[in-house]
Amino acid sequence: MEVRVFRGVPGGEQGEVAYDVPPVEGMVVLDAIHHIQKHLQTDLACRWNCKAAKCGSCSAEINGTPRLMCKTRIDELPEGPVTVRPLAAFPLIKDLVTDVSWNYEVNKKIPPFTAAEGDRGPWRIQEVDIDRLYEFRRCIECFLCQDVCHILRNHDMRDRFYGPRFFVRVAGLEMHPKDVLNRVEQTRAEGGLGLCNITKCCTEVCPEHIHITDNAIIPLKERNADAHWDPINFVRRKLRRDSGGGAATRGLDEEPAGGPPR
Amino acid sequence: MAEPYTTIDCDVLVVGAGGTGLRAAVAAAEAGCRVQVVSKSLLGKAHTVMAEGGIAAGLGNVDADDSWTVHFADTMRGGKMLNNWRMVEIYAKEVIDRVFELERWGGLFDRTEDGRIMQRAFGAHSHRRLCHVGDRTGLELIRTCQDKAVHTPGVEVSMEYTLTQLLGDGHHVTGAIGYDRNDGQFVVVRAKAVVLATGGWGRMYRTTSNSWEGTGDGAAMAYLAGAELLDMEFVQFHPTGMIWPPGARGILVTEAVRGEGGMLFNSEGQRFMLEYDPQKKDLSSRDVVARSIFKEVKAGRGTPHGGAYLDIRHRGAEYIKKKLPSMWEQFHSLASVDITREPMEVYPTIHYTMGGVRVDPESAATRVAALYAAGEVAGGLHGSNRLGGNSLGDILVFGKRAGEYAAEYAKTVGSAPVIADAQVAEAQSDALRFLAGDGDATGENPYLLHEALQDAMQDDAGIARDQQSLTRSLEAILELQERAKRMRVGGGRVLNPGWHSCMDVVNMLTVSEAIVRSALERKESRGSQWRLDYPDLSEEQGRVNYAVYRDGELMRIRAVPLEPIPVELSRHLEDG
Amino acid sequence: MASETTAMGPSAGASTRPSAGPGLVARLRRDAPWWVLPATVVTSLTTFSGYALWTALLGHDRWGPYLSPFYSPEIAAGRTRASSAIFVAGAPLLFRFTCYYYRKAYYRSFLLDPPACAVRDPHRTYSGETSFPTVLNNLHRYVWWLVAIVVSFLWLDVFRAFFGTGADSGHIWLGVGTGVMLGNVVLLTAYSASCHSFRHMVGGHVDCFSCVRFGKARYQAWRGVTLLNIRHPMWAWVSMFSVWGTDIYLRMLQAGWFLDPHIRF
Repeated sequence: MEVRVFRGVPGGEQGEVAYDVPPVEGMVVLDAIHHIQKHLQTDLACRWNCKAAKCGSCSAEINGTPRLMCKTRIDELPEGPVTVRPLAAFPLIKDLVTDVSWNYEVNKKIPPFTAAEGDRGPWRIQEVDIDRLYEFRRCIECFLCQDVCHILRNHDMRDRFYGPRFFVRVAGLEMHPKDVLNRVEQTRAEGGLGLCNITKCCTEVCPEHIHITDNAIIPLKERNADAHWDPINFVRRKLRRDSGGGAATRGLDEEPAGGPPR
Repeated sequence: MAEPYTTIDCDVLVVGAGGTGLRAAVAAAEAGCRVQVVSKSLLGKAHTVMAEGGIAAGLGNVDADDSWTVHFADTMRGGKMLNNWRMVEIYAKEVIDRVFELERWGGLFDRTEDGRIMQRAFGAHSHRRLCHVGDRTGLELIRTCQDKAVHTPGVEVSMEYTLTQLLGDGHHVTGAIGYDRNDGQFVVVRAKAVVLATGGWGRMYRTTSNSWEGTGDGAAMAYLAGAELLDMEFVQFHPTGMIWPPGARGILVTEAVRGEGGMLFNSEGQRFMLEYDPQKKDLSSRDVVARSIFKEVKAGRGTPHGGAYLDIRHRGAEYIKKKLPSMWEQFHSLASVDITREPMEVYPTIHYTMGGVRVDPESAATRVAALYAAGEVAGGLHGSNRLGGNSLGDILVFGKRAGEYAAEYAKTVGSAPVIADAQVAEAQSDALRFLAGDGDATGENPYLLHEALQDAMQDDAGIARDQQSLTRSLEAILELQERAKRMRVGGGRVLNPGWHSCMDVVNMLTVSEAIVRSALERKESRGSQWRLDYPDLSEEQGRVNYAVYRDGELMRIRAVPLEPIPVELSRHLEDG
Repeated sequence: MASETTAMGPSAGASTRPSAGPGLVARLRRDAPWWVLPATVVTSLTTFSGYALWTALLGHDRWGPYLSPFYSPEIAAGRTRASSAIFVAGAPLLFRFTCYYYRKAYYRSFLLDPPACAVRDPHRTYSGETSFPTVLNNLHRYVWWLVAIVVSFLWLDVFRAFFGTGADSGHIWLGVGTGVMLGNVVLLTAYSASCHSFRHMVGGHVDCFSCVRFGKARYQAWRGVTLLNIRHPMWAWVSMFSVWGTDIYLRMLQAGWFLDPHIRF
């Protein structure tokens, strides 16, 4: 079985190298890479950790599609050589490893979970109030969504766009019944929410099957519409601003912040 | 003369960015220290994500008569009374607050009908006690701690750095040296106190649920720096790991499957746990269940791939997918098995190491000044066998304590410690010797040595052991240690996994030697240590822990008597 | 038909249901070259728009009790059928144009922004939905209300067809055409009730259902819309073809190609 692996470092020689890997029943692409490391090329670089699709380290582009190497079975791929390349949206370090540190910088910009002052629990939280959050918390930060998103991948708008992973993070915080901050305006102005044209590639590649577009990004766009495209809110905001009040950014602001425990 | 290197100055150096490291970092920073966290992987990828079942805490949300005292008793009994009772006491008391704290930091849990944290049954816990979120509680914990840590002022994180040595004089540590995995450049971290939070070691075994990181770096570094390693013979086999396909062998199948009602069967359709432990059945402690599966397979009642069947189908597809989503996904994508319709095939896999650096129960301090250890790398809490759900609690409780006490110590240190250039130079050449450069790369291949070590450990120091097999294993390890000196790899210093593996192999060999020597010393069967030649508990050996320490180039071992349990605590043990 | 392209198969927002593996469409898509999907979308949408324009300009009368969805409600009485159609077609067209699903379809297929996942997006500059005219897509929620009115009239049309009009007034009329109209309005209702903006309005904006008034009902409503919303792309396509099909059916009746099988009593 032929596995063609991208090799190279920035500024150096780069290209795909073909390796012959003996097929084993049920093997995944990461098994093939490990075989190459062990027997053919000890310095072939790749990231991996759990090998069970729980940590999101072994992201790569397999036959042109961003996927986890530990979860992609060779027998599911079409016949013929398997091509493994590093993520295209991030700077190359070596072989299959890219520099994804930018993502961690973005995370630092998002204000963390903040409960109301003095609301220290133990809390009573109803399942109905958090059941849509579980999905967001499944994210394993493999950054495949960031990689496939054309805004980062082709337009390189890192300075103006957080990327799908962090819209998921913001959505998870915004919908948390105990969180009292509002990050929608920041996500619009700094995070580039409006740049997303909901073409759903992030959702397609998510190995955790998080419905990034439908359940995180679109609800955030709707919350942004509450704040900026709602004429009643617009008037209310104008009035408040005129009377010296702060700009209201939360749209339909009817629930008491952090509501009392029941 | 040392090669050029970067120096990072901090008050507290935290080695490892799993749950322990992050919790320690937050604690030390909140105490006013500048904290440097160093992680071998990217942030949030640590082994904590593999913990699935939950956090054991005696909240009594589901079973009202549960409390910390019952949790204390269950844990002591699970560890066959070899645990450090004070650690267990602290743990059982404080884990409750740590769970609520996690929730205050934004962590989510499944809820009960009345909105409290949901708790599930787990092996050898007498009550439903595991706070959980589906079957990915570890991910929830690490993500919550990660977000807390990066937003805590004073915490700096360096990702993808490997530390190779603690610096100091054998009685006192002053920092550590290592390299940036991505460019191979050396870095020295000068610290007033160091917290080891490096997790466990399972990679020296062939069938393991551990990631590549579980190479025992922390234990090996601490040992070389003068600390003692306690209870090293106790290595936990998780009863249920995947066995097919070959590439997935060893991947964990969470105990939550049994917690949610899953049952084990042999190839003849018998529910064999009824026989081995009629009381706790499939939810017996891990050592018992693992041994039972092992015996069934040995007796010729194994499945086609040599394991046992684990069946959860009776809970219905919807329930399974709600409570065990990642198990469903794991079997579906890796083994093409739909666990709502077919049973799983499982076999024990190396999962956890009860042993570790010997620490003071209150402060997590080692016997080396300024060096602290917490979480899986530390020993003492779990005795000879860990109960499921006690590791996620451990890392929070003792991570916090280690961070606080390290910060307290750091504040007593006036100026930044001085690091001798010679020590740096020596550590550098220790690392660089494995690079063949342009010359010959005909030395030993680290990957193949690793494989040979796995054979020696899996076959001769595995789930069942005896004097002969352990002696064989020790001989093999000593021989491999010699061969390891001749390891050479091609390629440069830029992100060269072959080179990195050389250092991992050296650490694994040190730790493996400690495991085997301790296992030889303990001539009894207790918890995870199953000696075929000494099948029973020994009262005399039940009164001591064994501690391994360094004496020059020699590894020595000594018996450390257990502290007597105070009367007011031992009362709780009689209750159950 | 080009349908939803989420290869993993959708599942409920809050449920943790993993995928059942790639469906037929996903499999076809995986084996087909990337341009097949955008080409299909462009062809169908262009043809439909062309047809809508043509039928609107042409105008036609009702057949028996049946009225084409293109001409309902008949609000422009006294003017020509054509202008009425252009007027009432505006809301549904705007609705589809600002729909979160159709946006994906046309951004990908017409604007090639990007043409397919991990396929190079050819544009040098990009502003997404931050500038005119695409920024107006934020108004989708208001168009939803207009469409809600139109769909109500379509229900009324079915009701009227059922009870007969003109000479048949007072009789119950059950014909294939009644079924076609009913099917169409059901699909259109499903399409508009599965709308993302509607999902937000009924409960998506609430952070704590148990802290607000009628929280339980709103949660249930939100769950219901969410279940429909999972198949929003399917409703979008199917309802587009049903509108089209209904009009074609009536046109064939008018042309006298065959008689509508019906019972009258």
